[in-house]
Amino acid sequence: MEPSIQSVVARPKTRKDYQSDQEVRWCPGCGDYAVLAQFQKMLASIGARKEDHVIVSGIGCSSRFPYYVDCYGLHSIHGRAPAIATGIKLANPRLTVWVVTGDGDGLSIGIGHLLHALRRNVDIKILLFNNRIYGLTKGQASPTSPAGLTTRSTPAGNGDAPVNAIQLAIDSGATFVARVRDTDTSGLKEVLEGAAGHRGAAFVEIYQNCPVFNDGAFNKPNETSFALYLKAGQSLIVNDDEVLAFTSKGEPCLRAARGSRKYVHDPADRLNARRLANLDGGGLNDASLPVPFGILLKVDETVHHDTVRRERRKSGGLEALQQRLGAPIGSQGESKIESDLDMRRIA
Amino acid sequence: MTTALPQRDDSAVVRFCGDSGDGIQLVGNRFSHEAVRSGNDVATFPDFPAEIRAPAGSTAGVSAFQLQFGTDRVYTHGDQADVLVAMNPAALKTNFARLKDGGVLIVDSDAFTRKALAQAKYDDDPLKAINASRARVIPISMSALILEAMRESDAKRRDILRSRNFFALGVVYFMFGRDCDDIIEWINTKFVSDPLAMTINRQAFMTGYAYAETLELIAWKVPAAVQDNSTPQRTITGNEALSLGLIAAARLADLDLVFGCYPITPASDILHSLARERDDDIVTFQAEDEIAAITSAIGASYAGALGVTATSGPGMALKSEALGLAVSLELPLVVINVQRAGPSTGMPTRTEQSDLDMALFGRSGEAPLPVIAPRSPADCFHAVIEAARIAIERMTPVILLSDAALANGAEPWCPPDLAALQPIRPGFAKSQLNGENNNTAFHPYARDDRLVRPWAIPGTEGAQHCIGGLEKSAIDGAISYDGDNHQVMTDMRLDKINRIRHDVRSFDFLGHQNEKDLTARCGQLLLVSWGSTFGAVRRAVLEAINRRLAIGHLHLSWLNPLGEGIERILNSFEKVIVPEHNQGQMTRRLRCEYLVDAKVLPLMKGRPFSHAEITSTIRSTIG
Repeated sequence: MEPSIQSVVARPKTRKDYQSDQEVRWCPGCGDYAVLAQFQKMLASIGARKEDHVIVSGIGCSSRFPYYVDCYGLHSIHGRAPAIATGIKLANPRLTVWVVTGDGDGLSIGIGHLLHALRRNVDIKILLFNNRIYGLTKGQASPTSPAGLTTRSTPAGNGDAPVNAIQLAIDSGATFVARVRDTDTSGLKEVLEGAAGHRGAAFVEIYQNCPVFNDGAFNKPNETSFALYLKAGQSLIVNDDEVLAFTSKGEPCLRAARGSRKYVHDPADRLNARRLANLDGGGLNDASLPVPFGILLKVDETVHHDTVRRERRKSGGLEALQQRLGAPIGSQGESKIESDLDMRRIA
Repeated sequence: MTTALPQRDDSAVVRFCGDSGDGIQLVGNRFSHEAVRSGNDVATFPDFPAEIRAPAGSTAGVSAFQLQFGTDRVYTHGDQADVLVAMNPAALKTNFARLKDGGVLIVDSDAFTRKALAQAKYDDDPLKAINASRARVIPISMSALILEAMRESDAKRRDILRSRNFFALGVVYFMFGRDCDDIIEWINTKFVSDPLAMTINRQAFMTGYAYAETLELIAWKVPAAVQDNSTPQRTITGNEALSLGLIAAARLADLDLVFGCYPITPASDILHSLARERDDDIVTFQAEDEIAAITSAIGASYAGALGVTATSGPGMALKSEALGLAVSLELPLVVINVQRAGPSTGMPTRTEQSDLDMALFGRSGEAPLPVIAPRSPADCFHAVIEAARIAIERMTPVILLSDAALANGAEPWCPPDLAALQPIRPGFAKSQLNGENNNTAFHPYARDDRLVRPWAIPGTEGAQHCIGGLEKSAIDGAISYDGDNHQVMTDMRLDKINRIRHDVRSFDFLGHQNEKDLTARCGQLLLVSWGSTFGAVRRAVLEAINRRLAIGHLHLSWLNPLGEGIERILNSFEKVIVPEHNQGQMTRRLRCEYLVDAKVLPLMKGRPFSHAEITSTIRSTIG
């Protein structure tokens, strides 16, 4: 579609331009507010044409997101947003398609669609808001709830091991994988802009605090020192004097910064992205190793709609179909049943 | 090769049966094709098990193909066969009852070994037990004859024996005086990359043909109808017709077609044929499950393509939540359900009409949508175009109910003149941008006089909006939990679908009197059909009319909304009977909509009604 002159002149530039007229209905203090603000700022900073962006969501607190952004939105059914987004992208590859989902929507009822969208490298950007709890249904354990968590559905403590979302995404074949915290303004900017610019299946896990049902889910003891911020081309310094390294067997470990062979982060390295994703078992299992944040993986691979398009030929419209069917016969152009044979027989 | 055959201005029914690996469907299709080519009307019924290859020689592995061909209109694949070709004892065992009394039974006697008889659980040779008045048995030593005919060949014995089906086809060709040129040409083309198979099959065919000639195995010739320029040259199955119709619909609407599908019997052939037709406006997507199949189609429709999905009963059950979403979103969507015997996995290759209630009511909440059913394989082409037209022009999901009998059955087809078909007109929202003054809010649920909302696709400037499964405020589409608004929206959704009845031809009537001349209780019996029961009912009613009975046939194409005028027709007859392949789903619908004492004639045997079954009901009801 050719941009019209007016749209160039009228291109919005501020966050306000991307706010919809809908009243935001999240709980006070919800981490979703910060993500929404950063998302709208990101659209402004990339100069997004709002009619070319589509946000698809499923069911859950986070899935109300598309109502609050002034672009196209589709608030669908539980877990199915990646499949809907796949259809949108097949119908019109020029659109920029975002999926907003949560740990229940994306990793429980919809985990199958998530995996298939990633393995097909569908050119969509998936933001998974992980608060480790079901919020909208009022406080049941989710697939990312830590083992032992007491919730309304697990009064004796959650017995299930949690899913590690970024590891799942990497292993499923995502071509852009990142993790960020709702409170990390600059991190959100970097990761959202990175996802926006990525061509292929992008997956962003956002640690998002639910102040009502699971407050402080991400406030581990000495959490700041254990957060590991990944930067491409830089070594991974932890606690100021240690660096992350990998043993010859590929096991992650912390070593003295001085004298060690440092690991330098390369997001194009899928094997290392996998190791990083599993550093702490999803931020839950091993408190001795840091929780990775930032862009773990970014690689370029053929995207889904290009694979489909490659097999396609030039359509010849109705004429070509007519040729394919054969010349029309008579004026009937109908099944024999439609003819008046019936009446002839009776007469 | 001109043998004078007795001519009968009539029809014939031939049934081929054998092991799943015997190539029965192939020869059945070729024989049907030849009948159409030579000017007959044809109706076919492939009848095969769900298992790909059950153990050879077992009754579970028997595959059959029946066709009726005739000079005049053929409405069904025929009740009982005039000629039954059975390639082994298991096939005979499972199909003998389908041969009419006094019919011709052709068997490969070489296949009736002690082991094969035991596999079919025959204690003695069944051929000896058939008395002459029941059937004329023609045992042919097919295997030995083709081995003998090809004794000079270098081909392996096993490969030669695989051509028994072509031998049998040759026999039947001779019996009905069919011309051989076309089948030879077809074999030469089909097996061009495998010259050995080409030679073997050709030779087996000719050996069978010559053998029948030597034995003077003459059935009768079914002449062509008076040749005119409307003689079809091809057959079409229901699934093929749906695929081609979908392409036609997309092009009539000037839209891309996005077909999301998950494999399921008996709908998968629609995916197969559309995948072959992929083009720059035809996209097929094999989704990870039934839910992704329909939701990807919904996504495609949201983005401005014609979204379509196809499935069968179990898949339909999985799609019901997404169908409710499509009703709420008011987006175009065509959902094809090729019905099969249920519940649950049921009998996947067998036909049934038992998903009507699910199509009409199988969603949470009040979620009305239009439902259409094609009546014959070729009618699938037009029915799916109509489904797409209503979906696009009225912004609604539409369910098309086909069934296994229509899907695999074939009939002759005259390709329509596509340019003469009415174009389909999507109601796209226009760009709303007016320079800097872009303050006019776009209203995604503002409706026109047909209650249709605009189709505002992403990319349209100034029409950004968010819609979803939550109840929407009438007109502006914002989330609304207001009770009065919900009443308005619920009424609107129903009214919108009901208004379609003014613009579609939703039924047709044939009876002892014209529809316009009907008066209250002027007739004795009305038969009501929908979907694939059309053929058997139409034929039985025509016969009854010829016997001067006061009878009528009402065939319903749109099952929702029901057309205006149906009530008057129902009230014009003393009795109403609805033959259907369920326990009375349409019958209940008519009873409840029109307070009419309709009775069901149910058949749940996985096969279509025979016209004899309908005729006998007519006789027992009104004589």
